[in-house]
Amino acid sequence: MTKTLFDKVWDSHVIDTIEDGPQILYIDQHLIHEVTSPQAFNELEERAIPIFRPKQVMATADHNTPTINQHLPIKDELSRNQLNQLSINCDKNGITLYDLGHKYNGIVHVISPELGITQPGMTIVCGDSHTSTHGAFGAIAFGIGTSQVAQVFASQCLLLSKPKSLRITVNGKLKNGALPKDVILYIISKLGTNAGTGYFCEYAGDVFRNMSMEGRMTVCNMSIEMGARGGMVAPDETTFNYLKGREFAPKESVFDKKINNWKTLASDEGAVFDKEYFFDASDIEPMITYGTNPGMGIKVSEKIPKVNDASFQKSLAYMGFQQGESLIGKPINYVFIGSCTNSRIEDFRIAANYVKGKKKADNVTAWLVPGSRLVASQIIDEGLKHIFDAAGFKLRQPGCSACLAMNDDKIPQGEYCVSTSNRNFEGRQGQGARTILSGPLVAAATAIEGKIIDLFKTRN
Amino acid sequence: MEKFKFLQSTAVPLDIENVDTDQIIPARFLKATDKNGFGENLFRDWRFDKNGDANDSFVMNSEKYTGSILVAGNNFGCGSSREHAAWALNGYGFKVIVSSFFADIFKGNSLNNGLLPVQVSEVFLKELMTLIIKNSKTEIEIDLEAQSISVKDTGLAEFFEIDSYKKRCLIEGYDDIDYLISKKEMIKQFELSRP
Ligand code: SF4
Repeated sequence: MTKTLFDKVWDSHVIDTIEDGPQILYIDQHLIHEVTSPQAFNELEERAIPIFRPKQVMATADHNTPTINQHLPIKDELSRNQLNQLSINCDKNGITLYDLGHKYNGIVHVISPELGITQPGMTIVCGDSHTSTHGAFGAIAFGIGTSQVAQVFASQCLLLSKPKSLRITVNGKLKNGALPKDVILYIISKLGTNAGTGYFCEYAGDVFRNMSMEGRMTVCNMSIEMGARGGMVAPDETTFNYLKGREFAPKESVFDKKINNWKTLASDEGAVFDKEYFFDASDIEPMITYGTNPGMGIKVSEKIPKVNDASFQKSLAYMGFQQGESLIGKPINYVFIGSCTNSRIEDFRIAANYVKGKKKADNVTAWLVPGSRLVASQIIDEGLKHIFDAAGFKLRQPGCSACLAMNDDKIPQGEYCVSTSNRNFEGRQGQGARTILSGPLVAAATAIEGKIIDLFKTRN
Repeated sequence: MEKFKFLQSTAVPLDIENVDTDQIIPARFLKATDKNGFGENLFRDWRFDKNGDANDSFVMNSEKYTGSILVAGNNFGCGSSREHAAWALNGYGFKVIVSSFFADIFKGNSLNNGLLPVQVSEVFLKELMTLIIKNSKTEIEIDLEAQSISVKDTGLAEFFEIDSYKKRCLIEGYDDIDYLISKKEMIKQFELSRP
């Protein structure tokens, strides 16, 4: 029988199937952070259940951490308490924690791949919906709730019904200036925010084959924004080259043996998907969003559509935009380059390359928040920091930051922020803040110009 | 977990689509380390303005609409995986959410907290929403055993789907941890069998 990539990984992790019910799925790697784990630790403690496989859990502090002066005690009492709680819980249970200040600290979905913890064929979960990011390696990776975090603590397993399969194929050659973020924003703008609900998505075709690991992570990261629990790309030479030599990746002969196994992780010829979509790479251009969900996206060169629907109108009213208008020329005061979608070294290279020799507009506050300490050092080592400093950008310390505005990095009420993050929900970046999602190139250009420009016109 | 079998209640109509978990409970309230107190901040930025004054036009601030059922627009609970959303809805006093579509993670989180997501057809949702908005006294019955939702004295009724394992869990008030722990030997065997 032919199998999809998803089938192969899923089926090899099923321990048992409950009659008329879910399956017991074994979890290889559990990632945790400070916000969605404390109640799960409490639950186990109350029920006197030990953590079953602490060595398969990795912890970091990222959501609730400051992005300046990380060496000082955290000012906000509740945040400080939550971080303390994490370190106490990890200590007590023998879990490795890359706490604030540790050389490996950073956003959970950035550090696990860069440390080589994320590997093809694994099942990976985290109490965070963007766990889908790790699917870029051909792993089954998805977000879970805190009750499920407790389940994995207790048993290294989850009870789940197998999702349906979906494949999105994008063939052809991307235009110069169209980035992985534009690809995924384009797909979601076409399919909507719930097209993937109940499905696990595989990304196939030239565009993803030719994409770097960083790019594949950006794409898989946003699978959840079209409702899919996760996204995957079949592992290939790009994947193996990325992993080779990373801190926790298998070494030497073990690595070679693993590769042989990983090479079998592709959908069989003729494998059947429950749903398929096809797109043409040449239709994709730099994208931005104009509304309050990630499906409300257009090409920068396009106009906001006219839709007669109450939710749509409510969304535009929140954003302060009109139907049928173009966003080109809109003044923007905040730019955020960061989040688990676009805070890897490649994203900062793209931004630096554009910014080089230019100065940011006076009206703009531009925050650059690397995804990890390692990315931060790379920015310095590669000389990118000089470029950013000279252009007037602020390079901050790693963390989730303005992506969800749990710390002090908030966009003020009513202000627009062109952001490389993944969610433009009402208030996501601060109460009343208005988020416009984009890739790092559009974000960098906005910071330089102080308004949205049609970059593409000047490039192609 | 609290048991759930049957509920009769009036409902609160939230006629908005794509309600994401950032609206249900904004991130700045996620700093707690226990499950209590989230109800107070349910839909915080829709219920209150920046100064903390109640926003009169928001349905949950209307005295007319009460009850332990929330009837919401399509695609409820999308976005962040935060289970705090389920705790907030629970904490506020909701026992059932009715919508024509639920996001995956939210649905799972609710079921794990004894909060029942009832997925109905678009047509049914529309009729139900109109009825409640018009008459806030409308009584709704949810029968989990029969998997039915009906509106008293109107004949409006529909069956809903639920995973039979989850249904048993809710009715009997037990959770996945109990089950998984009972399978520990099997899990260990599986670990040993892997290359
Ligand atoms: S960067 Fe944003 S989306 Fe990513 S894990 Fe942090 S809060 Fe979630």
